Formats: sequence, structure tokens, C-alpha cells
Amino acid sequence: MKALVWMGKKKVEVQTVSDPAILLPRDCIVKITSTAICGSDIHLYDGVIPTLEKGDILGHEFMGEVIEVGKQVKRIKAGDRVVVPFTISCGRCTHCLRQQFSACDNTNPNWHIAETLLGFPSAGMFGYAHMTGGYAGGQAQYARVPHADTGLLKIENDLPDEKVLFLSDIFPTGYMAAENCQIVPGQSVVAVWGCGPVGQFAIRSAFLLGAAKVIAIDSVPERRALAGKAGAITLDSGDDVMEELKALTGGRGPDASIDAVGMEAHGSAYDEFKQALKLETDRPYALRQAMRCTRKAGVVSVPGVYGGFLDKIPFGAAMNKGLTFKMGQTHMQKYMGPLLKLIEDGKIDPSVIITHRLPLSEAPEAYPMFTKKTDGCIKVVLDPAA
Amino acid sequence: MPYATHPSTPSSSSVLPGEDTDGSAPADVASPGISVPGNRGIKVVRAITIREKPETLYAFWRNVSNLPRIVNHPVTILPRTALESRWLVSAPAGRKMEWNAIIINDEPGQLIAWRTTADADVANAGSIRFAPAPGDEGTEVTVSLEYNPPAGKLGAAVAKLTRDSAGSQVYDALRRFKALMEAGEIPTTYGQPVGGPQREKAREHRP
Ligand SMILES: NC(=O)c1ccc[n+]([C@@H]2O[C@H](COP(=O)([O-])OP(=O)(O)OC[C@H]3O[C@@H](n4cnc5c(N)ncnc54)[C@H](O)[C@@H]3O)[C@@H](O)[C@H]2O)c1
Ligand SMILES: [Zn+2]
Ligand SMILES: [Zn+2]
Repeated sequence: MKALVWMGKKKVEVQTVSDPAILLPRDCIVKITSTAICGSDIHLYDGVIPTLEKGDILGHEFMGEVIEVGKQVKRIKAGDRVVVPFTISCGRCTHCLRQQFSACDNTNPNWHIAETLLGFPSAGMFGYAHMTGGYAGGQAQYARVPHADTGLLKIENDLPDEKVLFLSDIFPTGYMAAENCQIVPGQSVVAVWGCGPVGQFAIRSAFLLGAAKVIAIDSVPERRALAGKAGAITLDSGDDVMEELKALTGGRGPDASIDAVGMEAHGSAYDEFKQALKLETDRPYALRQAMRCTRKAGVVSVPGVYGGFLDKIPFGAAMNKGLTFKMGQTHMQKYMGPLLKLIEDGKIDPSVIITHRLPLSEAPEAYPMFTKKTDGCIKVVLDPAA
Repeated sequence: MPYATHPSTPSSSSVLPGEDTDGSAPADVASPGISVPGNRGIKVVRAITIREKPETLYAFWRNVSNLPRIVNHPVTILPRTALESRWLVSAPAGRKMEWNAIIINDEPGQLIAWRTTADADVANAGSIRFAPAPGDEGTEVTVSLEYNPPAGKLGAAVAKLTRDSAGSQVYDALRRFKALMEAGEIPTTYGQPVGGPQREKAREHRP
């Protein structure tokens, strides 16, 4: 089959690799019909996530048709149309039973790498470096999906792929980020750093959860415009964000802040320099701003990915204001079903963020475009058959 | 219950053969009753919590022919009697280490302790304990293992197994045990498609 392979920093290529096979009795094989490029893939592409290796197949936002199931798969059958969550969860460990699916104990075969780096291993994830299991990703024509019965969301309506594809990651991720804000309907003001795909879903989810006001911050005009369409007030990240936020909140500051930027924030020469010299692994510029700007006793919700060790984190601000931090890789399986219902009921149309529909063969050009945000690019969906 | 006062803890004198004992065992609470006097043995203790009843976990472990499934290292275990088994473990440089293990303490649903008999290439002793975890967490499983690296060439090879790698092998077995008991399978990516330079490597390393 054809698959997108990481070949080193800022180098990806489409290669012909072997087709996946069932390796364990709870696996299934999915023939992929749509797959997307995520902001998390930018971190991989840029080589800032540890334990990625040349030859790894990327991609973790995909859906398709089940063509084969292992002996122990009961709920899923060949022919099912499914969305695959980016985290792999066993469904039976204590964390899974508590719906903390991205903390699953039993799906990361590289627990020793993860424990060295993180203390405890997270769940396995598709196409996301070896510390999360080294699973082959879904920017490919086929994928092996372990624990099919726990993971897969069946699509039993005739909605097109592009309306349900983002249930694989960014819609649940934006939703969990908003849920973590403990929004009081009709009252809470939420500030969202980053108007990329995750930020867009965080903004829309905050409104669905009843936020009185959402303020969205980014430096890219067309991304701000898309946030504005959802009802957010927008700010340019180059502005004096603190003063602007105060002015928009009667001096209180936002009740909750969402960092939907992550480890490669723009705007801080200090961090770009330190990251380039490998003196720090992450550029937490947006996170620092969010910590300073959030109202006393407020919440900082972090869906943005961080990989390692962060520099100059204003922990004094967090402590003295009594902030609450909520974060994590998304507990996908908890959200996929309820969010599908919102799509079916017409409460949200996830496809509005798509700007580019391209064949898989053009993924090597799509990566730099999405990374540099050129050509108005907000979200790329790839067709593996083309 | 603290390990040191557990009523089933075997005599505190050495359980490893060929050791002279001065009668005063080191007070190492981490390895109940399996200590080597003078602290010459290498000791590791590793623990994991498994969401399963102690009796089920005990039953799996008590049937020694199950163990090669969870030990991520080539090993053959031949049961001989109800209490004794022969272990053949591959060692560095194509060598093999062998020993007879005998169960010296067996409390169904709670504890299994073993040690090797006199002819062991690597004298070792260990125990696995199954104790209810708080609330609905499941069962806390704790393995204590102690071994004496042998003298001579084989010893030099075995000594490469530092305290750390012995510990991570024990822990690895516990993680695999947990995955098998909870999820029904041990996660792997072995045999999945890979691109570029890894493809060639994967081919070479296929057993
Ligand atoms: N927690 C999870 O499970 C999960 C899932 C998916 C993605 N993510 C992470 O979410 C983050 C965003 O993903 P995305 O797909 O939206 O990526 P993206 O790169 O398209 O979006 C990031 C946005 O942040 C903006 N930005 C950069 N610096 C900024 C600053 N200082 N202030 C304000 N805005 C700034 C960029 O202009 C861009 O629009 C990434 O870190 C990604 O890895 C996490
Ligand atoms: Zn993603
Ligand atoms: Zn689990």
C-alpha cells in the first residue's frame, strides 16, 4: 500500500510499504477512505517530539471501511463504516473503566520509553512516535486498528466523510478542552489561544456549553475570521493581549483560558532560540500568556501538546491566583458517540474548517503548507485512493 | 501487613545454597525471606496493580507453564513435580543458564515463594505476593527477586545484567501479565508495516 513516511526533520514522503495484517485477536484492518493532517503532525514533522524514527508512518485522524476483523472482535464487522479514534484503549483497565481512555494501561508496548520520559506510560496512539507505542499511522491506504471493539465509532447514517472525520481527534479534543473550562452557562468568559483546527472546535464547543463570551487569539487573519464566524471576538496575538482581554472582560480577565497552540507557539524569539539550541524542548509562549491573563481562581485548559521541559513558566501566577489546570490527550471514546449525535442533529458542521482536499500523493507538499499556514490553509483532508 | 512480619515469611537465614551465613540476615524489608547474607545478592522489587481477583492472578502464576508467555526473554520451563520445575534461560553470547526452582511457600490467592536448588547456574530466590488494593483498584502484585551472579565466564556475562536490567525484566513481565489479564492480549507492533530505513532493519530482525 501507499503510506506517508517521516524521513527526518521536515522531510516526509509517500512510500510503498507492506499492507497491514491482523497481529492480535482484537485487531481489525480498516481500508481508509479519508485521512487528515493534524497540528500534532506539525510537531512530528518539525522533529520536536522525542522518539520519532525515520521510517515511521504518520497520521492519526482517519476513517474508512472495516475489511477484516480478528477472532475476538465482536461488535465490529467487516463492511462497517467507522471513524478511528487516535488513541488506542483496551476498554478493560481501571483508567478505561473510568473513561480516562488516553491513560489506558495496556496499549502502549513501549512502556519502558514512556516511563523514562513521563513517569508512567500513556495509551498507545497511531502515528505518534515510539513513546506512545510506535503504531503505524493512518495517512495510508490501510491501517491495523487494535482493540477494535473499544475504539471504533460506527457511522450508520449517510453523512459524508468530511462531516464525521474530525470525530477521530480534533472535535473531541476541542470539546474536552471546553468541558475542562467548567463553563457556567450564560456567565463564563473563555479565552482561546490558537485558532487552528483545535481552537476552532474549542470555540464552537465553548458556545455549545453555554459560554457567555469567547475571545479567540491568533496572528493569522483567515483563522481569526473563521473564529469570528463562530461568534468569537478575535484578537491578534501581536497585540497587548493582557490589556485587550481586561478591556473585554470589565477588568476581570477570562474565567477560563484554553491553550490550543501547544509547544510551537510563535511570537517569542527567546523560545525559538532556546528550542533551536535544544536548551528547551517546548516553546510555551501561549501557555505563559494564558497563565498570566486568566482570572483569579480560574481554569487553564491545555489541549495543546507539550513534549518535554518548559522554561520560565510563571508558576507564581498560577499559585497565587489559585488557578486550576486541566489537560491531557483526549479521552476520545468518551466523546465520540455524543458528538456524533450533535452532528446528526445539525448542531455543528465540522467540515467548515476544511480548506484543502488533496490526494495522499500530495501530502509531502501539504505538510509545509499547513505548517507555514500558507495559501489560507486551515485543515487538509487527504484521499488515500488518489 | 508489613512484609517483615508476615507469618509466612520463611526463615530469615539464607535461602540461597552455597552461601555461608553469619546468622544475621540483612534487614531488607523489600525482599521478604529471600535475602543473601552480606548483601552480595542482587535484589529487585517491582509492583503493579491489576484489575482482577487475587485468586485468578495467583492461579495463572502458580501454573509455571504459563510464565514464558509473560517473560519477554527466551525461556523454557519444564514442570517436574507439583513444586519443582527446571528453568532454561538463554544468556548473553549464546550461553544457557539452568536451574531447578522449588516452591518453598505456597499460599493460594496470596503468595508464592521459590528458590533454586544447589546445582543452579544462577542461584536465585523470589516471591510474588497478591494483595487487595484499596477500593476498586484490583490487586497489588509485588515481585521480589534476588540472585547471585555466578563466578567465572558465565558470571561475567550474567553480571552484565545489572540491577537495573533485572528490575526492568521483572517489571516488563509484570506489565505483560497485567495486559494479558486485563485486556486479554499483550500489545505489540511487531509485524506492522514500516517505511524507509526501518523496513530493512525489520527484515533482518525477524526471528
Ligand atoms: N490534546 C490532544 O489530544 C490533542 C489533539 C489534537 C491536537 N492537539 C494539539 O493542539 C494544538 C493545536 O492543534 P491544531 O491542529 O489546531 O494546530 P495548528 O498549528 O493548525 O494551530 C495552532 C494555531 O496557534 C496559532 N498560534 C501560534 N502561536 C500563537 C500565540 N503565541 N498566540 C496565539 N495563537 C498562536 C497558530 O497561528 C495556529 O493558528 C497542537 O499542539 C496539537 O498538537 C492536541
Ligand atoms: Zn491530531
Ligand atoms: Zn485500558
